Amino acid sequence: MAQTVTPGTSPESSRPSYMYKMVLLGSMSVGKSSLAYRYVKNDFRELLPTVGCSFFTQTLNLDEATVKLEIWDTAGQEKYQSVCHLYYRDAHTALLVYDIANKQTFSRAKIWLEELEKRFLPDEIVIALVGNKTDLGAEREVTTEEGEEFARTKGLLFMETSAKSNYQVNDVFMAVVHELLRREKEKASNPSPYGRSTVDLGVSGARTRCCRT
Amino acid sequence: MAADVHKKKSWEVPNGSLAPGDGQHAERSESPTPGLAQGTEPGAGQEGAMFVHTRSYEDLTSPEDGAAVARSPEERRGEPAEQSSMEQISKDFSELSTQLTGIALDLEEEMRPGKEGKLEPSPQTNRRDSVLSGKEEEDVTMDAWRMHRKHVFVLSEAGKPVYSRYGSEEALSSTMGVMMALVSFLEAEKNAIRSIHADGYKVVFVRRSPLVLVAVARTQQSEQEIAHELLYIYYQILSLLTWTQLNHIFQQKQNYDLRRLLAGSERITDNLLDLMAHDPSFLMGAVRCLPLAASVRDAVSSSLQQAKAKSLVFSILLSGNQLVSLVRKKDQFLHPIDLHLLFNLISSSSSFREGEAWTPICLPKFNSSGFFHAHISYLEQEMDLCLLLVSTDREDFFTVSDCKRRFQERLRRRGVHHALQEALRTPFYSVAQVGIPDLRHFIYKSKSSGLFTSPEIEAPYVQEEEKERLLGLYQYLHSRAHNSSRPLKNIYFTGPRENLLAWVTNAFELYVCYSPLGTKAGAINAVNKLMKWIRKEEDRLFILTPQTY
Ligand SMILES: Nc1nc2c(ncn2[C@@H]2O[C@H](COP(=O)(O)OP(=O)(O)OP(=O)(O)O)[C@@H](O)[C@H]2O)c(=O)[nH]1
Ligand SMILES: [Mg+2]
Repeated sequence: MAQTVTPGTSPESSRPSYMYKMVLLGSMSVGKSSLAYRYVKNDFRELLPTVGCSFFTQTLNLDEATVKLEIWDTAGQEKYQSVCHLYYRDAHTALLVYDIANKQTFSRAKIWLEELEKRFLPDEIVIALVGNKTDLGAEREVTTEEGEEFARTKGLLFMETSAKSNYQVNDVFMAVVHELLRREKEKASNPSPYGRSTVDLGVSGARTRCCRT
Repeated sequence: MAADVHKKKSWEVPNGSLAPGDGQHAERSESPTPGLAQGTEPGAGQEGAMFVHTRSYEDLTSPEDGAAVARSPEERRGEPAEQSSMEQISKDFSELSTQLTGIALDLEEEMRPGKEGKLEPSPQTNRRDSVLSGKEEEDVTMDAWRMHRKHVFVLSEAGKPVYSRYGSEEALSSTMGVMMALVSFLEAEKNAIRSIHADGYKVVFVRRSPLVLVAVARTQQSEQEIAHELLYIYYQILSLLTWTQLNHIFQQKQNYDLRRLLAGSERITDNLLDLMAHDPSFLMGAVRCLPLAASVRDAVSSSLQQAKAKSLVFSILLSGNQLVSLVRKKDQFLHPIDLHLLFNLISSSSSFREGEAWTPICLPKFNSSGFFHAHISYLEQEMDLCLLLVSTDREDFFTVSDCKRRFQERLRRRGVHHALQEALRTPFYSVAQVGIPDLRHFIYKSKSSGLFTSPEIEAPYVQEEEKERLLGLYQYLHSRAHNSSRPLKNIYFTGPRENLLAWVTNAFELYVCYSPLGTKAGAINAVNKLMKWIRKEEDRLFILTPQTY
């Protein structure tokens, strides 16, 4: 399902290389950019609202594979909703982020899920529900159980995080990557008719596929 | 001494030498003169311009705003139908002004002959400390709120609050009510600008259906200039939504709450208002370039030019609010207002520092009906160099992102990286470089290129209020020079703290600030020297050879 980098191009070993497109979705101010920043830079700082979308890449050298993540951190502001599909199109994975201290953002995450369900088949995309800002426990409006329960019924990964206090941020990204790799293996042993074809990155222009249908 | 206003056509002075030296200015003359043709003044592009040609400041607000003429209520007094509503307006206004009381100084008043000693505009500036702090908390009944120098409100035509510069729109709803009452009296014409002067305040209304923009100002700006700022705010809103979308929304639902769509962008508007109070770019309707050796700039520009893609319309490299390089598609010209809006967008958001941004953006002066997609990123973490690639294709992220990579690679290969870094260390030049002892500061704009140059503001304009005061003086000179009924070409003003000179020709505009000790003859001499210096330095201070793809 991922874009496979031509095997054998990595000099160190014969580990396969994968590239995955990840999109961060959620209401404004839930902490999408803070999560991305924590994950990529391992730092937390006061960020201003995202304009449109920010793009990051992160390469992971794991035992079983080299994984390049293309992270699309979208803006939660309503005026950008009309272009959001540009950013999540062809995503391999989505983080649906809400703020545990703001119930409304949890409802919004559910709406995001409906939208994704309309556009992706379940085995096409790995979705994780992320309840951020656990450090604001005193103001919590969404219980862990609520989040967990919803994720379970919808078959989503689930994790609560805090970008501020660096709680489970790396874990949620790793959980997603492992799920992607697990599906990769599963698919290899049992090819699915729905799986998207892999793209050889050695061929120039393959990357643009991310943006074109 | 009082304001000394020249009304003669050419600059004739007994002991200055600004008169044209015979024929030597045919091409790019050394000493520009009033007779200098547009396009040959210092800073004029040698191979065409980068910007939409804006003949003058008034042009900036046309064509959509062509009908925009500042009109004071007095001018309409002759019309009987208008009379009763004018009475109502002043009544409403006195109501309003009880909420907004403060000291105001009308510079215009002060600058009349004989009153010179009073040119001490020192209204306590009670500006908000920072854009981020305490916007919500600001209490509308607080004195501080009343003391702000310029309030700005945006409403929908149905009277719904859209934006308020200080304090939350909710808390201001009573004020908004008064505004709407006023607006309804003023609404005879769409797209009109009206203003009321009372109690040391100017209240300026700009109606751009479906929005109404209102400023309540204690500044010395003319209503034209205040209206100009309001139009910037209007364009800023368009840059986020497009004119088409904005109209569509209000056609669907007249009392739509636009704050929903603008949520998260108030900061951008706040920043624009703050920027306009500090940066002469907006007043000049022109763009300032980062001083850079021509060879370095050319190398940067051709690197940028080579890193092209089919969908690219503009490639813009900027540092702070100064332009480093701009490459455009053939036949596509950027409007300075659109570039200012881009500058503002970038300076009001730190999020571009990380990663690469890809965002829809409308350039309202270029085309107010659609979005471009802009790729925005900083070249390096530590360097204040922001690259903006404006594309027509929202699907083209990776292609455009690759343009950035190619641009950087070319920069490195041409070895200008270091020189660029060096130039960024001193993004402003000192007025001392000109070598005129009494010269404190100046603004010079080349009309044909839409570019201006200005040294760093130095002592005695150190404190924020002093800087604003200096800009206020320029604003005043500018408004006199561009007064629609009585424009003045030459103005010389002597004050207790500084002497000022303004000189506006078809080709350029020059505003100069001197120490108060100099004489008029000296000032005129200095202008001559200054113009020679600008000519000498023009390839460093301006972009003389703009590139196209
Ligand atoms: N207490 C706490 N605050 C957080 C956390 N993560 C983010 N924030 C704060 O929440 C606010 C919004 O964070 P962002 O990361 O900009 O949120 P966003 O989802 O990217 O917002 P948009 O870009 O506007 O959609 C900022 O003030 C952050 O400092 C967290 O884990 N704990
Ligand atoms: Mg963000």
